[in-house]
Order: sequence, then C-alpha cells, then structure tokens
Amino acid sequence: MIRLEDLTKRFKTPGADIVAADRVNMEVPTGEICILLGPSGCGKTTALKMINRLIPPTSGKIYIDGKDTSQLDDIQLRRNIGYVIQQIGLFPNMTVEENICVVPRLLNWDIRKARQRAADLLDLVGLDPRQFLRRYPKELSGGQQQRVGVIRALAADPPVMLMDEPFGAIDPINREIIQDEFLKMQAELKKTIMFVSHDIDEAVKMGDKIAIFRAGRIEQYDTPDMILAHPANAFVADFVGADRTLKRLRLVTAEEVATTEVPVTARSTKVSDALQQLTVARARRAVVIDSDHRPVGFVTAEEMAGGSGEVRDFAHPLPATVPVRADLRAVVSEMFAHDTMWLACTDDHGRFAGVITQPDVTAALRATYGAGKGASDQARQQGSGRDQGAP
Amino acid sequence: MTRGLGQRRGLGAGRGASLLLVFLLGIWVASSGLLDQMAIYWDDITYLTRQHVFLVASSGGAAILLGVPVGIWLSRPSMERYAETVMQVFNIGTTIPTLAVIALSMTLLGIGFPPAFFGLFVASLLPIVRNTYAGLLAVPAHLKEAATGMGMTRWQILMRVEVPNALYVIFSGIRTALAINVGTTPLAFLIGGGGLGELIFTGIDLMDTGMLLAGAIPTAALAVAVDFFMGQAQLRLIPKGVNPLR
Repeated sequence: MIRLEDLTKRFKTPGADIVAADRVNMEVPTGEICILLGPSGCGKTTALKMINRLIPPTSGKIYIDGKDTSQLDDIQLRRNIGYVIQQIGLFPNMTVEENICVVPRLLNWDIRKARQRAADLLDLVGLDPRQFLRRYPKELSGGQQQRVGVIRALAADPPVMLMDEPFGAIDPINREIIQDEFLKMQAELKKTIMFVSHDIDEAVKMGDKIAIFRAGRIEQYDTPDMILAHPANAFVADFVGADRTLKRLRLVTAEEVATTEVPVTARSTKVSDALQQLTVARARRAVVIDSDHRPVGFVTAEEMAGGSGEVRDFAHPLPATVPVRADLRAVVSEMFAHDTMWLACTDDHGRFAGVITQPDVTAALRATYGAGKGASDQARQQGSGRDQGAP
Repeated sequence: MTRGLGQRRGLGAGRGASLLLVFLLGIWVASSGLLDQMAIYWDDITYLTRQHVFLVASSGGAAILLGVPVGIWLSRPSMERYAETVMQVFNIGTTIPTLAVIALSMTLLGIGFPPAFFGLFVASLLPIVRNTYAGLLAVPAHLKEAATGMGMTRWQILMRVEVPNALYVIFSGIRTALAINVGTTPLAFLIGGGGLGELIFTGIDLMDTGMLLAGAIPTAALAVAVDFFMGQAQLRLIPKGVNPLR
C-alpha cells in the first residue's frame, strides 16, 4: 500500500515559486495499479519521483505499507522500490544479465541466486535466457529492451513499483502487446504500482484507479469506469475526451453482457422440432451449431414457419463471431462492420458461448449511470432480461 | 568527442603514410649504404631509445594518473559553475605549440629531465582532461536517473555507469595524448632531456644523414608502435556494449 499525505513540492524560481504538487492525498491499495494521468507539467511525474525521493518533497508524508518513508535513508528506500523510466535506462556497458542483477547485487544477494532470478524473469516475459542473458542492450529491439527494463525493476521482488511512462517510447502495436503481458504478469505478482501516463486509453486499460492531475492537484481519483461515466468537473470531462462513453466499452468484456440462454439447434434437426423449440423459448432466432458446438449459422422462426425438411435448408451463415473475452469496443466494431444487430460469441475453443446484441451493449453502458453500483447491477440485469428474447 | 574521433582518423591515415615512408626509406637506405652508417650508432640507439621510452612512459603515465581524476572532478555537478571556465583555460593551453611548452618549462625548471618531463606532461594532460570531462558529461541523464532510482550511491553510479559509458571517449583522449607525447619527445633533447632527439638534431647539425636516420627511424617506429598498442587496447579493453569498434 502506498499512501500520500498532503504531499507538496514547491520549486523556487527567480520570479515566483512554482507549486508542482499541492497537498496531494491519495492511497493505492496493495496489489493495485494506480495511474497518475494529466497533461504535461501537471505534477504527476513530480508526485511519482517524490516517492523514491529523486525529488525531495517540500512537505507532506509518504507511507509505504504503513511505514513513514522519511525514516529510511534514500539509498535503502530506492533499493526496495522498483523503478521504470520511459527511456528504459538499461546500462549499455552491461549485459542483459548484469542489468537485471544490479539491484540484487546492491542488496548483496548471492551471485548465483541473482543470476537464476535473471533467467527466471527473462522466461517470464518470453525471452529465451540462453539467447538473451549475454546480449548487450544495443543488441535488443525496442520492445525487448522495455521488457528487460520492466523485469530489471522486478528483480529484487520489491513490493512497490514506480513506472514513469514506461511504454511511452514503443510503437503502438508493440505497446499493446507489452501492456497485455504486463497485466498478465501483474495478475500473478500483485505489486502495488504507481504509473505515470498521459494517455487516457492506456490509463483506462492498465489502471485499477486513475488520478487525474491538473496544476499539482488531484482533480479526481476513482476507478476508470467512474471517471469516464462521472467526470468530477469540466476539466476531467474534457481531458478524458468527448468519446468517453465509447472508451468505457473497453472496460467490459463480451462475456459480461452476452446472453447464454439462446436456443441452439443442429443442422440435421427437423424444422418442426426447431420451431417447437423457438416457441417454447419465445425466441425468433436460433443459432445453428455443428457437432463440435461451434456456431455456424442461424435460422429465424418466420422463414421456417410452415416449412418442412431440416434446419440446414433454412440456415443463414453468421456474418461474424467474436471471442467472448473481447471487450465491447471490439464487439461493437464487428457489429458496425457487418451491419448487424447481434453477434454470436465463441469461447477459447471456438465453441458457442452466447449471443450479444446492440441493446445488451447500450444497457451495459447505461449501467453505471444509475445511483451507484447496486443500481448498475440491477440495470444490467433488467437489460439482459428484456433482451433475452431478441436472438 | 568529435574532435577526438577526427584526430583518431587523422592518426590512422598518418600511420599508413608513415609505414609507407619507412618502407621506402628502408629501400633507399639499404641501397645507399646508409644502413652501415647507422649501425655505427647502435649503442647510442639502444641507450637513447630507453631514455626516450622512459620519458614517454613517465610523463604520459603521470598525465593519465592526474588527467582522468581531474576530468572526473570537473564533471561533478558541484563543479558545474566552474568547469566550463576551467575547460576554457585548458583549451587555450592546447593551442600553445608543444615546442613553446617545452621552452617555457625550461625557463621554469632549468635543463635536464625535470623540465622535459614537465613539458611533456603538460602537453599530454590537456586532451586527457578534456575527453574525460566531455565523455562523462555525454553520459545520458536518463542512465544516471535510472541508476539513482535503483539505489546506487554516487560512487557506484560513477564507477559502474558513468566511467564505463565514457570509457571510449576517455580512451580516445589518452590515445591522442600519447600520440602528441611521442611526437614531442624528440624536442626534449633541446632542453637537455635526452632521448632520440639527440641523434636527430645532431645529425641535422652535422649534415650526417646516417646519424639523423638512426634517430628518426626508431622515433617513427615508436610512434607507430604506441598508436598500434593503444588502438588494440581500445578495441579489447572497452566492454562490447559501449565500444563502437566492436
């Protein structure tokens, strides 16, 4: 846990004092990622660097796991905090292994233990230790360097990590990949992380909480969804963007809104049986699945009415399917691309996992615009209840 | 740094040219019977070469031992306000011809080994201090920030991050300094410092080509050898990650 109490930084300049951080109060619970977000010059980096005292605070207190850090000396404090910077800062004169072993060696770890740790960490980010341990930073690609930068900060297993725009210098495609890798790693390691960013999309994706800064003050400190749904003031609303509702689509996965109680039928089912099934379910459509339970098409009640033969004679192919783990932004994008009101979802093995409709999506977005969490759950249930008959 | 590299390239061309010159000289010397004339001075050559090498090694070594720490000291943040002024003084010092430096040190210290040592020491000090200072300042700030943020002490940052990353530039300065040193050492004879200059200058005065070459050829060979040795050291001693030659 990191707690900042009235943290203030004033820089003296010839003209007037500049207040880079003005009585910042916040708490990051153990195991969570907190994003410090704001335009440049808003004091987010100053706030971050005061935690490991690269910038000494003017006043205020910093607690890590309940301990007042002003009692620790700078060197000891920094060795117990992982630190990642935008420029990565791998030491070009050292191999990858030596770079990762810097902090463990400073903490007087046994050299064999430190080396083992370096190899394990490389494995963790998908870099083959046999291939990469002996390489120099200049022999790595930008993405590889940033991965090493992150695991170097993790080497001594610090409980707290500070990250200053760690993925800022990577191209968009690799950034997405590294962000995903990092989130997967974090799910396992559960570090308490302060993370500076100026990118609202990155903040929404990575953060458990977001603190929005302006002129040294926190304008709003809340979960990404609450910040997007209920910006505290005009500045926050402006900063998160006019499309903030669309950004919320990324926070919800298809799984959370998909309807699973959808009639399914096989290609060889008799039309009369299928119609019977739809009447019982009070549904207009059924999804056609193959013997491996993969969705392959759909049939409608109107077209089958009065017909005979098998379902395959009336089946239409599905325009597209979406993985159930995709976020709603991807789902909506697919819907728009295929001009359809609904899509079938598939699980990791390609099996049918439910149906998602446009009303389901809008209901999910509407959810938090209620009076709070309880109301939002209710709204979501109502939404999916009403739409059950849609497919 | 750019100046250091420029000098290195100049030295490379100079080395090729001097090798060719030595080769042509060899042909001419052998055919004209000068070789036999030079052989007469064999004892002088060995004695004076030893003296010459000692002058180079002692003045160059002292310049390294003082120049690198001074360069480091000037690059410290606490010296930031004065460092540029000090470097300007050093830069002006570099423009003084080495012969003038030798002459000036004679007026201070009289004749013999001490003024020769001192003059050569001063002439080789400047490039070492300049390159050490410039090399350390050129270490990117984010490396120092990363090192500080990871909990290195100032000494650890200097020894593990700053010096290793400036080593190539520092080495270039040392190489330049030694090249200047070897080239200037024959002048030491003029102020009684001995060395191979004794054969060269006496040979000129007596119009004795054999004697002249007995001094000039070992001097040239020594310059080539020192530069070759420094080049190899630069190639092999500097870690691969920060060595543009590897």
